[in-house]
Amino acid sequence: MTISLQYTHLTVNDPDESIAFYRDALGLEVQNDVSNGEFRWVTMGTGTQPGLGIVLSEPHAGRSKEDGDALATLLAKGVLPMINFTASDLDATFEQAVSAGAEVLQEPIDQPWGPKDCAFRDPSGNMVRVAQV
Amino acid sequence: MNAAETAPHGQEVQDLATLTLLRKARDLIDRDYAQPLDVATIAAKAFMSPAHFSRKFRAAYGETPYSYLMTRRIERASALLRAGMSVTDACMAVGATSLGSFSSRFTEIMGETPSSYKSRDHSAIEAMPPCFVKVTTRPSRNGASAKAAATGAGGTANSSRIEEAPAPARH
Repeated sequence: MTISLQYTHLTVNDPDESIAFYRDALGLEVQNDVSNGEFRWVTMGTGTQPGLGIVLSEPHAGRSKEDGDALATLLAKGVLPMINFTASDLDATFEQAVSAGAEVLQEPIDQPWGPKDCAFRDPSGNMVRVAQV
Repeated sequence: MNAAETAPHGQEVQDLATLTLLRKARDLIDRDYAQPLDVATIAAKAFMSPAHFSRKFRAAYGETPYSYLMTRRIERASALLRAGMSVTDACMAVGATSLGSFSSRFTEIMGETPSSYKSRDHSAIEAMPPCFVKVTTRPSRNGASAKAAATGAGGTANSSRIEEAPAPARH
């Protein structure tokens, strides 16, 4: 018996803007793009983990106005949970993200708790951390 | 937008564009806390006057930008002190320019003087994985935090601090 992570969800302001960021800065690919009413659920992933999808959706997608507003506020404040990636070549990944125009929070450094990592904000305000494996 | 609206529980509702600017200013504090930052410089990042910025920042994150900056500096200084750095060097390393005001701020936040903190036993912290140390030793402004929690304005105010460069090796 096994269990694996299949989807993880990320709240974003604008799917198209986010697709460009995660594609150009981090090299992810669109796996699926589904519309439901006025909202889209875009799934992105990487060939190194073909069974895992990161689902991008807007704050109000599938939620009440009040809940969507609350989520949009937390997203804009930059206090939603971060998303963490690993990279086989952190410096190259960092350079690629910078040339794609990513907002840098931290250059690659060795952290006291072990990894070397760097950090960005995605266009919506999510913190994106990338660690060297 | 709805910047002037007041929610039922009295907390000021801020529009998303304002919150985005506040986030960028807060990221600047997290990133450049060791630089000689003042509130006017931080407020300029958010394209606001210092007084307006301070009020908006406090409404969003539960403490004033100056308080947030100093808390950030004390957080870092405490790690440097545990790693063996002198009080004066730790003060300078985190961007504080006056040893006196640094010490009184440290004492206010940490409940003991920097030299007392430096000299006492930190073996409990040293036994923890470093990522837990970061969370456990993070100072909080009890007044601001309690008030923010009561109004729903804070509680997550510390959740996305940009991580640190390593402390110098112990000699």
